[in-house]
Amino acid sequence: MSIKVGIPRALLYYYYHPQWVTFFRRLGVETVVSRETTRGLLDKGLKSTVDEACLPVKLAVGHVLDLRDRVDYIFLPRIVSTARKEYICPKFLGFPDMVRHTINNLPPIIDCNFNLYHKGSSPADFYFQVGKFFTRNPAKIIMAYNASKAALEKHNLDMQSECLPVRQEHAADGVGNCNGINIAVIGHPYVIYDNYISMNMVKRLRDSGARVLTADHLPESVVREEAFRLPKKMFWTINQRMVGAAYHYFGREDVHGLIHVASFGCGTDSFTGELIERCARCGSHKPMLSLTVDEHTGEAGMVTRLEAFMDMVRWRRNLADAAATL
Amino acid sequence: MRVTYPHMGHMWICIKGMLEYLGVEVVIPPPSSKKTMQLGVKHGPEFACMPLKLNLGNFMEAAQMGADTVVMAGGCGPCRFGYYAQVEHAILNDLGYRYQLVVLEPPEKHIAELIGKIRYITQNRSWFKVIKGIRLGYLKASAVDHVEQRAYYSRPRELRPGETERALKQALAIIIAAKTPEEMPAALDAALKIMNGVAVDQHRPVVRIGLVGEIFTLLEPFANQEIERKLGKMGVEVDRSIHLSEWINDHLFMGLVKNERSSKPAKEKGLSYLGHTVGGHGLETVGSTILYAEQGFDGVIQLLPFTCMPEIVAQSILPQVSSDLGIPVMTLIVDEQSGEAGMVTRLEAFVDLLNRKKEIREGTA
Repeated sequence: MSIKVGIPRALLYYYYHPQWVTFFRRLGVETVVSRETTRGLLDKGLKSTVDEACLPVKLAVGHVLDLRDRVDYIFLPRIVSTARKEYICPKFLGFPDMVRHTINNLPPIIDCNFNLYHKGSSPADFYFQVGKFFTRNPAKIIMAYNASKAALEKHNLDMQSECLPVRQEHAADGVGNCNGINIAVIGHPYVIYDNYISMNMVKRLRDSGARVLTADHLPESVVREEAFRLPKKMFWTINQRMVGAAYHYFGREDVHGLIHVASFGCGTDSFTGELIERCARCGSHKPMLSLTVDEHTGEAGMVTRLEAFMDMVRWRRNLADAAATL
Repeated sequence: MRVTYPHMGHMWICIKGMLEYLGVEVVIPPPSSKKTMQLGVKHGPEFACMPLKLNLGNFMEAAQMGADTVVMAGGCGPCRFGYYAQVEHAILNDLGYRYQLVVLEPPEKHIAELIGKIRYITQNRSWFKVIKGIRLGYLKASAVDHVEQRAYYSRPRELRPGETERALKQALAIIIAAKTPEEMPAALDAALKIMNGVAVDQHRPVVRIGLVGEIFTLLEPFANQEIERKLGKMGVEVDRSIHLSEWINDHLFMGLVKNERSSKPAKEKGLSYLGHTVGGHGLETVGSTILYAEQGFDGVIQLLPFTCMPEIVAQSILPQVSSDLGIPVMTLIVDEQSGEAGMVTRLEAFVDLLNRKKEIREGTA
């Protein structure tokens, strides 16, 4: 029987899962991804985390608990930095320790540092450390790493061609009954792509006839260039991407509205949300909806607000069309 | 140019001394109050941490007093403080305040950026004078810290209630009055003499509590609702894990001044529980708790503003430290909703618990 490594379906899973899965498979290790989020899974996470932690962290703990009794290792990389002189968020830096000290009876945790903060650092160092858990043969690790790199590149290209990082249930793939309304959804990947905590927001928008655009549909170069307009370089990679994407979509003619999704208690969202809102007020006439999700969010409230927002976007558009024919 | 900067406890003494020595006109905002907080809460982002809201209020109040330049420290993450100045400036700008913003932070590209900013604030004074000014600032910070540490000792032991507070006020006034680095040693002596003049009962039994957590909430009495004074009145000797002079020495002077308190041992201790720095003072919080346990303190209180990211990481780890080392730890989270009564009740309960524990331990020993 081969060794089983558990990967929680949370946090940066959405960006890196093809790479991680490929890497482990090439090493001959079986991967187990935690189940999709459910109420019960989230509840477990809530009970084992301090109250003040943000929703994504609580959810991630829930996913770890889901894996606890079924795997030999849990893969919780300490993702310090994914770009030079940038971080993700302090909680990512301490996440493996938060889990280790709050949950009992855990299988061994693989918590190698993924750190590209310094000049000359490479993701290969990280994968070497991880690989050493399973094999002593460096050639095998190099081959697995190269294969995983190709998987990541493919994943990134897929995302840029408007695929979502995970399969949505009954996804009416984008264009179907789309009547030309484009809505940008800006938020952390682990919030907007999780069907449970985002309450199927992407699917709901698509069902109501909108084409959904996210920050991940833009190539990195575009986002970074837009984010350059900030008075100071933003040192959180994902938030830089969000702000850059928001600026880009505000400036685009064919985008009709923007939804900013924040999770309650998220420290970085409080700042980027503020910057995006200020840009929406003074630099743009596009409607913007700011949604905050937490563990108490009710589905009805969310649906009502989305419907109202979509109505507003449609009316604005009709008005603009009417004005153009005058 | 009329320069202002936000409040953080007694930090204003040190910066005012430094800037006035260099001939810069300084506007000190009124001490943080409910009004400051209201201004900040009204205009700041809802989930931003409390220091940002208080800073914002400070700047608005200072603008009414005629300040036109803001000096702020910055940073390069991952704590939100690194982006404070930019967000605050954007908010003030939209509200119609026309502030010139100078952020002192590690330069992004070249050291010349930082040097240019220092020259701008000091209006091209000679570097010799600037260095002397910085020295004065450090000496003042260090003197304030020494005086405060004396107050920690005498507060729970004073024979006449309130005498420590009076002495502290006088001692601080002496430190504030000193104008040059040469006057500082004499001023420190005089201030310590006043502090030592407080009549104390050396044999009174006291419990000792270490205060750990986020630097702003630890240093700013308005933010922590004067926790040091409250605990002192309950007969508790406190010790704070972070002092301003120590922070300056560690972060700005890179440990140039030897034989002073430093956060280094705390960081080293913390690594056994938290494998990486998490920004802010998260690692120091964990490490200081271990140090306090080893030094035989009776308990530890962690202070943090609501939604503080690094401290939440520390908060999740502290229960494990507490049970491993057998030291009671309480976490107090403050924000604009914090009420005084709730705080006092919790402090009293915690102190009662520590007293009881101490009695049992000493009774059986």
